[in-house]
Amino acid sequence: MTTPAVRLQEVSRTFEGSPPVRALCEVELEIGKGESVAIVGPSGSGKSTLLHVLGLLDQPTSGRYDLDGVDVAGMRDSQRAGLRGRSIGFVFQDFHLLRHRTVTENVMTALLYNRVPRRERKARAVTALERVGLDHRKDATPETLSGGERQRVAIARAVVSEPVLLLADEPTGNLDSATGASVLEVFEALQRDGITIVVATHDEAVSGVAGRSVSIVDGVLSEARAGVTP
Amino acid sequence: MTAAHTKSRLAFRDLVGEATTSLLIRPGRTMLTILGTVLGVGALVATLGVARTAGNQIATHFDALTATSITVNERSEGWGWYGPPELVGLLPWDAEDRLMRLNGVVAAGTMSTVKLEGASTRSVPIHDPIGRSEYSISMVSVSPGLFDTVGADLRTGRIFDEHHSSRSDPVTVLGPAAAQRLNIDRVDHQPAIFVGDTTLIVVGILDDVQREPRLLDAVIVPDGTAQALFGLEGVEQVLIRTEVGATELIASQAATALYPNDPGRLYVAAPTAPAATKSAIAEDVNALFLVLGGVSLLIGAIGIANVTLVSVLERVGEIGLRRAVGAARRHVAWQFLIESAAMGLIGGVIGASIGVLVIVGVSAARLWTPVLDPIVPLAAPALGAAIGLIAGLYPSWRAASLEPVDALRAGV
Repeated sequence: MTTPAVRLQEVSRTFEGSPPVRALCEVELEIGKGESVAIVGPSGSGKSTLLHVLGLLDQPTSGRYDLDGVDVAGMRDSQRAGLRGRSIGFVFQDFHLLRHRTVTENVMTALLYNRVPRRERKARAVTALERVGLDHRKDATPETLSGGERQRVAIARAVVSEPVLLLADEPTGNLDSATGASVLEVFEALQRDGITIVVATHDEAVSGVAGRSVSIVDGVLSEARAGVTP
Repeated sequence: MTAAHTKSRLAFRDLVGEATTSLLIRPGRTMLTILGTVLGVGALVATLGVARTAGNQIATHFDALTATSITVNERSEGWGWYGPPELVGLLPWDAEDRLMRLNGVVAAGTMSTVKLEGASTRSVPIHDPIGRSEYSISMVSVSPGLFDTVGADLRTGRIFDEHHSSRSDPVTVLGPAAAQRLNIDRVDHQPAIFVGDTTLIVVGILDDVQREPRLLDAVIVPDGTAQALFGLEGVEQVLIRTEVGATELIASQAATALYPNDPGRLYVAAPTAPAATKSAIAEDVNALFLVLGGVSLLIGAIGIANVTLVSVLERVGEIGLRRAVGAARRHVAWQFLIESAAMGLIGGVIGASIGVLVIVGVSAARLWTPVLDPIVPLAAPALGAAIGLIAGLYPSWRAASLEPVDALRAGV
């Protein structure tokens, strides 16, 4: 039995307000290494909150979260920032690429806060771009890329630090089905390489690619389809 | 994996690299933002330098005119009901000889107003019914050394000497205005003028004097002549010109040399010490200009603060992304701090350069020697950087306090 990549135990997240909003309600979730999991559910069900908690961008109000066997619930802000840079890769719905910087520079941003030596960064960025099939556009700026290409740059940026966990929030939400398909191919390839992927989506095509689906409704998580461990 | 090792880290070189890249991406805006600091630092450097330069010039101006001049009078007991008190006659006729013995005296002479009791002065003994030929021109009696003391230039002829005085020769030197009124412009045929019933031979005409402008419109006669022909009873005042820097010394000795019995009865007027004049003026000018420079610098700082704040708000998405890929709050804060400090630094460098150019330009236009404390152009960029750093404090705190989730949600 190897250490699971993610283990959530009774994780809740409540947003202050009147009335308080319970976005996550005693979530139990274990994700093995190399597993790919789709989180499905309607808008406002807590998908994004779960992803933010998994990505250490948000802290659970209660419960325990072990990332790669390390309890991260009580960590200080700067430690969580370090873990984000080292162990987690993000892919956002709206890409979040830096304009005015080349594709390679955008990918290198993910290594900036990681103690990766300067010389190594560029080589690793180019390798990551090869992985998503964009090494021929490495000197382009994001403005000149199509939506699908931009998302693939974002994926390259997410995997360049070789994270334990790759998180994607509606990665095809801003793309048409054709370009969305090219992004999905990249995800499938990463899956075959054994990267642990968690993707929040309500796109059937995306959840179909994942080996396992969990659904979340009003903050309550339930297994939608049994996991098939590859 | 230890807790300490999980902390993220950003090399200083990378931090500076990120900040400068962000600045260079928007060169137009960066330059406009810097403009305030450029003007502030430029104004400060220029005003400091020009003030210093001007202060020096004013001081040397003062030096040349007055710093070597001393005047000695009888100390009056106050003005009575009937005008100034009569002179007692404490100043000696041989004041010139006595003072020239003092080390540091360049020239000295006596000067007294001769009371003419209404006698008019004319150059020709005729009564012209139409043209005016009689004037009321003042007469001044001097010792020969006075011409040198007041820096008199001779236009033509010569000045009288001590022998004219001792023989009471009826000779005179005219001031240029007096000569013009009397229609005398050459002395080679020994023209005569008539003061009342007394005939005086004009031996010379002055061109200009540096002190005592009343000599310009006066009939100037030797002391001996004034005593013998016009009843002059005593010396009114003694003028002294000293070596540069010797005024204080001579001022302390002059009274004793002139009236050893009771030096306190003489009033010695010496200029204030040149150093004091200089620093007083320089400080006044400096204070005013420093305030102006400070105000422009404050405006520059507000400009940087504003633009950095706008930049933070515009780049909320970028901040969120940086936090997501591992930047700690302090990394975000430092990036914006370095950006604003770099803008201040560049503004300081450009401002200092412009300031130095202004100093040189002003000096060239006024034919001054530019004077600038070398610490000023060196400290100016540091001042600019400090201003930028302070201006960036609030915006970078805002940037650092953004929650990553909120920042990511806010957009690209």
